Amino acid sequence: MLSRIAQSLFWIGRYLERADDTARILDVQMQVLIEDPGMDERTSCEQLLSVMGVENYTGQPNRWMMLDLLAHNPEAPTSIAAAIGAARESARRARETLSTDIWAAINTTWRGLGTARAMRPPDMFNWVRNRTAMISGIADSTMSRDDGWHFFMLGRSIERVDMTARLLSTAALASGPQVAWPTTLRACGAYESFIRAYRGIEADRQAAEFLLLDRWFPRSIVSSLAEAERALNKLESAGQRSGFSDEAQRLLGRARTELEYRPLADIVFDLPVEMERLQRSCAAASDAVSVRYFAESEFHTWRGGVLL
Amino acid sequence: MDNTNLFDGYGPLAGFDEMIAHASDGSGSSVRGNYAKVHASFEKMGADEVRLRADSLASSYLEQGVTFGVEGEERPFPLDIAPRLIEAEDWDHVEQGVRQRVRALEKFLADAYGPGELFADGVVPRDTVVTSPHYHRVVAGLEPANGVRVHVAGVDLIRDGNGDFRVLEDNVRVPSGVSYVMTNRRALSAALPEVFADHRIRPVAHYSQALLSALRKAAPAGVSDPTVVVLTPGVYNSAYFEHTLLARTMGVELVEGRDLVCRSGRVLMRTTQGLEPVHVIYRRIDDEFLDPVHFRPDSALGVPGIINAARAGHVTIANAVGNGVADDKLLYTYVPDLIRYYLSEEPILRNVDTWRMGEADQREEVLDRLDELVLKPVDGSGGKGIVIGPAASKGELDELRDKILLDPRAWIAQPVVSLSTVPTLVEDGIRPRHVDLRPFAVHDGDDVFVLPGGLTRVALPEGELIVNSSRGGGSKDTWVLARPTDPEDEGEVAPTATPVAGLSQSAGPALDGHVPQLQVHEQEQQQAQWQSQSHSASTEEAPC
Repeated sequence: MLSRIAQSLFWIGRYLERADDTARILDVQMQVLIEDPGMDERTSCEQLLSVMGVENYTGQPNRWMMLDLLAHNPEAPTSIAAAIGAARESARRARETLSTDIWAAINTTWRGLGTARAMRPPDMFNWVRNRTAMISGIADSTMSRDDGWHFFMLGRSIERVDMTARLLSTAALASGPQVAWPTTLRACGAYESFIRAYRGIEADRQAAEFLLLDRWFPRSIVSSLAEAERALNKLESAGQRSGFSDEAQRLLGRARTELEYRPLADIVFDLPVEMERLQRSCAAASDAVSVRYFAESEFHTWRGGVLL
Repeated sequence: MDNTNLFDGYGPLAGFDEMIAHASDGSGSSVRGNYAKVHASFEKMGADEVRLRADSLASSYLEQGVTFGVEGEERPFPLDIAPRLIEAEDWDHVEQGVRQRVRALEKFLADAYGPGELFADGVVPRDTVVTSPHYHRVVAGLEPANGVRVHVAGVDLIRDGNGDFRVLEDNVRVPSGVSYVMTNRRALSAALPEVFADHRIRPVAHYSQALLSALRKAAPAGVSDPTVVVLTPGVYNSAYFEHTLLARTMGVELVEGRDLVCRSGRVLMRTTQGLEPVHVIYRRIDDEFLDPVHFRPDSALGVPGIINAARAGHVTIANAVGNGVADDKLLYTYVPDLIRYYLSEEPILRNVDTWRMGEADQREEVLDRLDELVLKPVDGSGGKGIVIGPAASKGELDELRDKILLDPRAWIAQPVVSLSTVPTLVEDGIRPRHVDLRPFAVHDGDDVFVLPGGLTRVALPEGELIVNSSRGGGSKDTWVLARPTDPEDEGEVAPTATPVAGLSQSAGPALDGHVPQLQVHEQEQQQAQWQSQSHSASTEEAPC
């Protein structure tokens, strides 16, 4: 498969997941702002913006500014609107490899952004989650399980690890954990699974453990890492006798085993710092994938004649 | 808007109308036979219904992203709701004419870049060909693998005042628009299913297969399973949608220049598994941008070394480089002679009368009558630079006169031809609008396949004669009617299908029916007490 197309599919996966997860994170944040009496709006929004990696803004952060930067404003690179726009542009560049259904679903989502931005925030987040779920569903039922699919899954999984890490940081930083953790679980659609798994014991530590380490829950960090590793494994054509030669695979595998084999207390002791490390691993893995699979040509200018 | 006025005010414009035959003495008009059913169906639907369907047609194009680019901006491709119909006899004439032209141009290109016998025989002056900006000496003597240079041709046709088809220009470089022929058909058959069912229309969807098989046949010698790719300039190109559609329906890779690399006379593409060889490149990039080594050195779209690879015989470029000499508008004036010279046949489709500005006596005649004629630059496309005499101001004509005298080789003159008109949905209802027709032909070395249909472009402003989508033109679905005996209509021999009784679908565990009535009753009773309490509570509250 063409490197450029592989790259487009990888980024379609990443951008769609980013839009989805940003909507989930904002949903938690808005809920916490409303429900948590001990919450200071400015600090909390500042924290969220910093967790999301937004640094260039002017003025006092408040919820409207946060919504603008992370949801509505297509000019802000971290916003949902920008992520959907970028997913659609990537899809346009890989148009001939996508099924008509996926393309139409992505295109319709992009065209619906204008309407969505005029909705109330919770409705908009819901809309984003529904649309991205629909696109994933169509992808799941119409894409052949060839390299293109693996690149799509790889992008989606890496982004999911990255964004879930940010979501966990947000929850850990919230001042009132009794509000933040249940909301976080709900935002991941994990509330029911969590309650069933832990028999109703609702504690911060367990919630963090569930979202970090649960092998059965598909949005947890460990299972997303495993999914990314699986995709890389499929892309690696020849099996190896020992070790891994692929840099991305090494990075992701190491990140996963560190989470799985260290005592939980170690990890949750300073969760935001751990999560930042995890995000660095994701970024490095993404770069490694680009270097290995998405080789770009340099641009040459050809001169006529000989220069003396 | 009430339902009666859809066709009211469908007055005659200058030119031949394809739906209404106007009596010459002005005594009345009647609907031509081929349009009878369409006319009746539209009248029956009424204006509101037609508009409703036109709106859903437009929104379906937006959802699917059927667009074209104008100055980098994506716009939905405009498709009119009223189809254009072409009778089987008329189409036969067009098909034969197009086939003949493609064969003649193919022979001309082989001769012009090869032995040059036509120059020796004085059919076309040598300088007419070699002074064309599209004549590329780097491909002289390059024999394509199966002798084909014109893999795809688009011949622009118009119908004159008598309804006869005339050739306006040939496009044998990178003719575009065929994707809209295919998408228009699908969209229109969904919008007008009952009208569609009233007619026997020849299909257009097999174009991609015809193109792919022609491209595969053009593969370099010794390659039994060639890799075909479509080379696009990129997403900002106005025809990017078409490039993706062709690649998608042929099931081949769509590459950009940066995806390809030349190594030792071969062209390879960068894949996730390393470099893989490419054998046939259906390029949608102009010659000048194709190879920075030979043409424009600043081209970022092209592939350095691709011409050398083609000369080495390791890759086929379709359409061939240098084809531009054949669709030069000056050479156009010689095409009837070329047909007689190479094929010993009379031209089936006539040219529009044309004066060459490069010849002194013809120039004299035209310069006196500039205000009556249409002047065209010979290397222009898309309606660029055309001056329509009757519509131009004195100043524009003077400026034009200077330009012609400065470079007479660059201009031709034609009389104003009133294009034929067909019914088109506009603001006021259905009105006649001017159209042209671009049939597409695919040459695979043995035969020329002409797609039954082609792109009909329509000028939406009343009386406008330039029908280009970059100048606000629309398009129409073109229905070529089949004869009752046309075998193509039958398709392949269908595999036999024996009707069988399907299995009944299985269902999950019973959700009702098997539950004993007693159990239901007991379950219901569990709530009865609470219900009656709340009921009594509400009755207690009621008096307040």
